[in-house]
Amino acid sequence: MTLIDLANPTRFLTLTTRLLPWLAAVTAALLLIGLYQSAMAPDDYQQGATVKIMFIHVPNAWLSMFVWGVMSLAALGTLVWRHPLADVAAKAAAPIGAAFTFLALVTGSLWGRPMWGTYWEWDARLTSVLILFLMYLGLIALWRAVEDPSRAARAAAILTLVGAINLPIIKFSVDWWNTLHQSASVMRIGGPSLDRAFLIPLLVMAVAFSLLFVTLHLAAMRNEILRRRVRSLQMMQASQRAA
Amino acid sequence: MSLGPYTSFIVTSYALVGAVVLILIFSIAIDYRRQKERLRELDASGVIRRSGRGAADIR
Repeated sequence: MTLIDLANPTRFLTLTTRLLPWLAAVTAALLLIGLYQSAMAPDDYQQGATVKIMFIHVPNAWLSMFVWGVMSLAALGTLVWRHPLADVAAKAAAPIGAAFTFLALVTGSLWGRPMWGTYWEWDARLTSVLILFLMYLGLIALWRAVEDPSRAARAAAILTLVGAINLPIIKFSVDWWNTLHQSASVMRIGGPSLDRAFLIPLLVMAVAFSLLFVTLHLAAMRNEILRRRVRSLQMMQASQRAA
Repeated sequence: MSLGPYTSFIVTSYALVGAVVLILIFSIAIDYRRQKERLRELDASGVIRRSGRGAADIR
């Protein structure tokens, strides 16, 4: 099967139905390994056991931006090639991205209280991630408000691409401004500054959460394709009754 | 395993992530069942796709 074959929604459904049980099993196994390693990781000499929050906060924070990146590529697919699966991909990803962003904000807040002495600070990193969360909610509302899927797709694609400007702002906010949030400690020039005892569980959890996203995204895309099939069949049925 | 004085923050974080992930999984599974049920109803009412396949045939 070539990549172009997957552009056909029916073939995509066939492949997804075969692939999903395997993906779900690998994701569950990796999550269990990651959780075990996180539990067994040593305490940090400054943060103590609160460093364990990092193993769930950081993957969610990465994915909050990665999902918007996926949606931005899908938005290009909608606007340039007008491919129906591109909008399906973007629409299915938005609630998952919103959930990851919500978790990044809340776990960050729960980590911040014991470490910074506050749940929230209007610094550049926290505020730009909050803006990302609000953009996710706005996009979901837009898809729900516009009944015609093709009109909603174009409007959502434009909004997604405009919103993508926020991604480098989030990434570099800790370098451009003086923030309470620490600077990058994994994806940085010179390599990760984390000790292996923390880096390995973090990377395992990051891969596990990424696979979780892929699994949920494929399942949500399958639902969206079926929803559109229901809609078109209902319209066909209504026009047959009217004739 | 001792989590020290900030146990409640750590446990709440993990519990919240678990709860949200479970909500995501169940909402997607329930939505899949709902769409399949609608397609079965359309199939039963005699609606056929342009390809000639039944509405509930997800191939």
